[in-house]
Amino acid sequence: MERLNRPIETAVQQIPDEWFQPIEKDLNKAEEVSRPSLSFYKDAWIRLKKNRLAVTGLFFLIVLILAAIFAPILSPYSISEGALRNQNLAPTAAHWFGTDSLGRDVFTRLWYGARVSLFVGIAAALIDFFIGIIYGGIAGYKGGRIDSTMMRIIEVLYGLPHLLVVILLLVVMGPSLFTIIIALTITGWIGMARIVRGQVMQLRNYEYVLASKTLGASTARIIRRNLLPNTMGPIIVQITLTVPSAIFAEAFLSFLGLGIQAPNASWGSMANDGLSAILSGDWWLLFFPALFISLTMFAFNVLGDGLRDAFDPKLRR
Amino acid sequence: MAIYLIRRFLIMIATIFVIATMTFILMHSIPGNPFTTQDRSTSEAVQENLNAHYHLDEPMLTQYGIWLKSLVTFDFGPSIKQPTETVNDLLSRGFPISAELGMWTIMIALLSGITLGVLAALKHNGMIDYIAMTLAVLGISVPNFILATLLIQQLAVNLQLLPAATWSSPMHMIMPIIALATGPTAIIARLTRSSMLEVLTQDYIKTARAKGLSPAKIVIKHALRNALMPVVTILGTLVAAILTGTFVIERIFAIPGMGKYFVESINNRDYPVIMGTTVFYSAFLIFMLFLVDIVYSILDPRIKLHKKGGS
Amino acid sequence: MEKILEIEDLHVHFTTYGGTVQAVRGVSLYLNKGETLAIVGESGSGKSVTSNSIMQLIPSPPGKIVKGSIQFKGRDLVQTSKKEMRAIRGVDISMIFQDPMTALNPTLTVGDQLTEGLKQHTSISADSAKQKAMDMLRLVGIAEPDNRFKQYPHQFSGGMRQRIVIAMALICEPDLLIADEPTTALDVTIQAQIMELFSEIQEKTGVSIILVTHDLGVVARVADRVAVMYGGKIVETGDKDAIFYNPQHPYTIGLLHSVPRLDMQEAVLQPIDGTPPDLFAPPQGCPFTARCAHAMQVCANVYPPATNLSASHQVECWLQDARATRAASLMKR
Ligand SMILES: Nc1ncnc2c1ncn2[C@@H]1O[C@H](COP(=O)(O)OP(=O)(O)OP(=O)(O)O)[C@@H](O)[C@H]1O
Ligand SMILES: [Mg+2]
Repeated sequence: MERLNRPIETAVQQIPDEWFQPIEKDLNKAEEVSRPSLSFYKDAWIRLKKNRLAVTGLFFLIVLILAAIFAPILSPYSISEGALRNQNLAPTAAHWFGTDSLGRDVFTRLWYGARVSLFVGIAAALIDFFIGIIYGGIAGYKGGRIDSTMMRIIEVLYGLPHLLVVILLLVVMGPSLFTIIIALTITGWIGMARIVRGQVMQLRNYEYVLASKTLGASTARIIRRNLLPNTMGPIIVQITLTVPSAIFAEAFLSFLGLGIQAPNASWGSMANDGLSAILSGDWWLLFFPALFISLTMFAFNVLGDGLRDAFDPKLRR
Repeated sequence: MAIYLIRRFLIMIATIFVIATMTFILMHSIPGNPFTTQDRSTSEAVQENLNAHYHLDEPMLTQYGIWLKSLVTFDFGPSIKQPTETVNDLLSRGFPISAELGMWTIMIALLSGITLGVLAALKHNGMIDYIAMTLAVLGISVPNFILATLLIQQLAVNLQLLPAATWSSPMHMIMPIIALATGPTAIIARLTRSSMLEVLTQDYIKTARAKGLSPAKIVIKHALRNALMPVVTILGTLVAAILTGTFVIERIFAIPGMGKYFVESINNRDYPVIMGTTVFYSAFLIFMLFLVDIVYSILDPRIKLHKKGGS
Repeated sequence: MEKILEIEDLHVHFTTYGGTVQAVRGVSLYLNKGETLAIVGESGSGKSVTSNSIMQLIPSPPGKIVKGSIQFKGRDLVQTSKKEMRAIRGVDISMIFQDPMTALNPTLTVGDQLTEGLKQHTSISADSAKQKAMDMLRLVGIAEPDNRFKQYPHQFSGGMRQRIVIAMALICEPDLLIADEPTTALDVTIQAQIMELFSEIQEKTGVSIILVTHDLGVVARVADRVAVMYGGKIVETGDKDAIFYNPQHPYTIGLLHSVPRLDMQEAVLQPIDGTPPDLFAPPQGCPFTARCAHAMQVCANVYPPATNLSASHQVECWLQDARATRAASLMKR
């Protein structure tokens, strides 16, 4: 550009004659300029890393899970027994997050609670995933009559109010860690099944297209290498978003008295206990469980959003 | 169109049938008898009422038939806890209050959610977008019962701006509505934003701009209507979320709505009330889903092409 | 001949995450009254950005016209205010986009969309607007316009929708019509009909047309002049015959060679070996160097000046330089 700003004639005249010899070159080299094609996950990972909020969420969750595993072991306090002289202490150096009405250390209980809440969330998401994969996979893969019957069933079940069914189940089965997970998955798998079916059908279409375009041997490889990871994207996002909704559901159930029962604790049950305490000024009993629920939901949500953007093929270049 | 509606109607009936049957089976699978073996001693009179209403001595199938009939005739029998009241009394007393709370909530959530979403999309990647979307993720991350308690603590206890409980004046309604509407507002804002962004890249928006229409007209006439389609489709789910939200909010704010009775019935194991209310709620929600589908098919002239229902 | 439009040294940049895309890098072109100018070039060469610039429809952010002028009827559109520009859009200049399936709003009736431009720009009554719209529908060959007026886009076939889009663009009787790949999304027989329609309309209304296309068959049929774009620049421009029978730029030659035969109807551009230049960091010299069989050292380092081969035929290529003897002789063969 700079060069051309001078009077063009003189600039052109000054170009050395040797520059006008044709270059012998291999035209195929030009292809190599194009961006190297990354594997799908690597590509998605690179894009996810650019999303600072999502990375923060991921980092938070990793720390949270590690702490939920190790913190209770390291803590000097017990989950169920407290010292009566330590009732309702505000946060101090000895009790970072204070103590509850039975003198139990809130910090310690929070990590036990983290185990339960995260376990409920992750277990519910994984069970949803397995049922969804089987149901949606069969519907999507078989297609035709089987598919339309299975989808009709889903359509009928889809209208069921999720939380009401969960409440009803827990009223009958009685609340426990096990029954809560069962109740959450009994209606939770439907969303996953729909997504899996859609993805499987897409995959099937690709398969047809590919089979006609390529020689048999490589079809399976293309599906495994390129298409399967591609269709896994929305499913992974769905798993990521199921976890916080299950954590929320457990907290909600605790509030109705249908959550984890004492002396065990989940964040939901602790927050529920804290609700009444707050009016007498013992804010820490609500604040810390509520903070952990909210931060965890936040982290899963931003991670889910980030994954959705990272997997979106439309954004791929 | 007619075929589509009939199909949707049949699915609605099937879903209500499933939930009614499920309720019946679940309640009768409680060890012993849900209507008699309570640790709380139920009075003779109540017991007689229950026997009369549920024909507890008849075979199961007959009882099931009677249960279905009571649904059709909308007669859910007496409550265990309040012997003088029937489930119908509770419903007719609580429903109008819950409905009022719910209506305000959904209206405010729609209004503020759509506004936020549209603004965020129009200022894509700008400050407003960033703030609105951070607020929105926060909104879906903070459970409503926590928000409600925080509101009470700050606005009612600390600042003494608003009354803490009951449902007797517009001032009393402010906090429950905020607590209940925040989550749905956040969901609507996120959905509106993403669908608005998508719509704004469509060729028909470019065409409208190429016609020289004003930006306001383009947004309102061409973009908004299309962008709000997905919002219409999740309205049913939102109503469900708000409805379950009322269980919590009504209890915290001591609002004498249906949700409060429902939660009490759960705590008291008042099975007739649980059964009746569950089925009533479910039927209501399923009917809402049906209505939403009809509204959608009116708004979208292409719906006739959707041979296999929306998905 | 009277020039209706004259673009001078247009530069358009997009600021994105990955850096600045220099989508258009010094485009100059003009359009005479009543003629059809075809802009051809491969995907990403900046055709759409150029034509959107005329309408001032570059999405901003991220896009920005960083330099240049666009003279239209005695004023510079680059400097025109947004409000004045709105009065020009649809009235003096109209635009048609590639895909008729998406160019119409699915939730509004065709009649509404046809008349809204008219209503926006004139104080016409609803009745006469409708009358005018029906006339336009008739003009573009849609039968039973009064029934069709009330229908929604999904009730029309692709070809009919494109006719409606054309009717919509012409309803305010613009002086300039910009069509960005108006037939790409249509099947071949419909394409031919639509191009026929363009010629007919130009004859009846005298509208000037800028036609962006991938399809050299279309160019051969309707264009008066051709501008060939590559890497954000116009590398060669001239009368249709000059471009088809005496192409000078290796890229133009490549384009024409990639078409089996010029008289074939479905002559569609086929990719030339290699990939287009990276517009994030455009090469300092000629952008085609990397793919050019006749590339010289100078090509990679200095962008070639324009050479006038005739009053209307220009090419920007170092092979025109007297010093590039060997390659030049190669081309003459
Ligand atoms: N909104 C945008 N943001 C960023 N880059 C853009 C934007 N619009 C266009 N570009 C870039 O400008 C360059 C030219 O694009 P343009 O759409 O003009 O190509 P085109 O010649 O019309 O191609 P096609 O034949 O595919 O329509 C491309 O590299 C494209 O990536
Ligand atoms: Mg284009």
